[in-house]
Amino acid sequence: MPAAPAKAPAGTLYRGREGMWSWVAHRVTGVLIFFFLLVHVLDTALVRVSPEAYNDVIGTYKNPIMGLGEAGLVAAIVFHAFNGLRIILVDFWAKGPKYQRVMLWVVLGLFVVLMAGFLPRHLMHVFGGE
Amino acid sequence: MTTVADPKAPRLPKPGPGRRTTRGNTELYGWIFMRASGVLLIVLIFGHLFVNLVAGEGVKAIDFAFVGGKWSSPLWQVWDLLMLWLAMIHGTNGVRTIINDYAERDTTRLVLKSLLYLAFAVVVVLGTLVIFTFDPCPSGAPAELLPSICTA
Repeated sequence: MPAAPAKAPAGTLYRGREGMWSWVAHRVTGVLIFFFLLVHVLDTALVRVSPEAYNDVIGTYKNPIMGLGEAGLVAAIVFHAFNGLRIILVDFWAKGPKYQRVMLWVVLGLFVVLMAGFLPRHLMHVFGGE
Repeated sequence: MTTVADPKAPRLPKPGPGRRTTRGNTELYGWIFMRASGVLLIVLIFGHLFVNLVAGEGVKAIDFAFVGGKWSSPLWQVWDLLMLWLAMIHGTNGVRTIINDYAERDTTRLVLKSLLYLAFAVVVVLGTLVIFTFDPCPSGAPAELLPSICTA
């Protein structure tokens, strides 16, 4: 006889479905942003070396591959930001745990709206030529 | 008849070299800091991304003159300093939590967290020094690479 499917115990919203996957995505995007931040401070520090050194390194970033990477970075930041607000509401708002699932769909909706505003403008800068 | 232990009784500490997860209230303050700094970082980073990637010519326009022009203003110096410190503490605490969750051996955790705190110190000290000792108009640099305030 097949085992009954594992059911999340009552009282936790961090096992299975929206609660768990948003938690996983929050960790993954957080780590990505952190490692970008380390590199970002190091390359910006080149302004202290010389204008040429900074412009040379930034110049190597100005290509379509890095442009798409920047779009992915902004996407990670936007998700982490809105989902972070959702976590704050789950923790501090009395009805937060009850509406955590709905709030994730609101987060994803806001994500789509913001990215729809950002992506065309950014991709125009990246692929638009001179 | 055997009696069941009082369910509300405090748990006895594990004997032997167990993992101490909390010490005082530091984890509570860390938890609060993540939420407070997170809200501030949304404002700081969204503003940063808008000015650097969306306004004007976007990412194409970023060069020494762009950075020099921004850091000639105390507003952007304070903005970037606050962003650097808050983001580094927020990010370092987040990665620390992840190391604690997934690295099971004591030595693995010690090595990973030592590297993490070293990276934190290097990046925060370097970033802070750059913001405060930066010269937007270094002498001897070609004028066409410098922000417009240098020729004024």
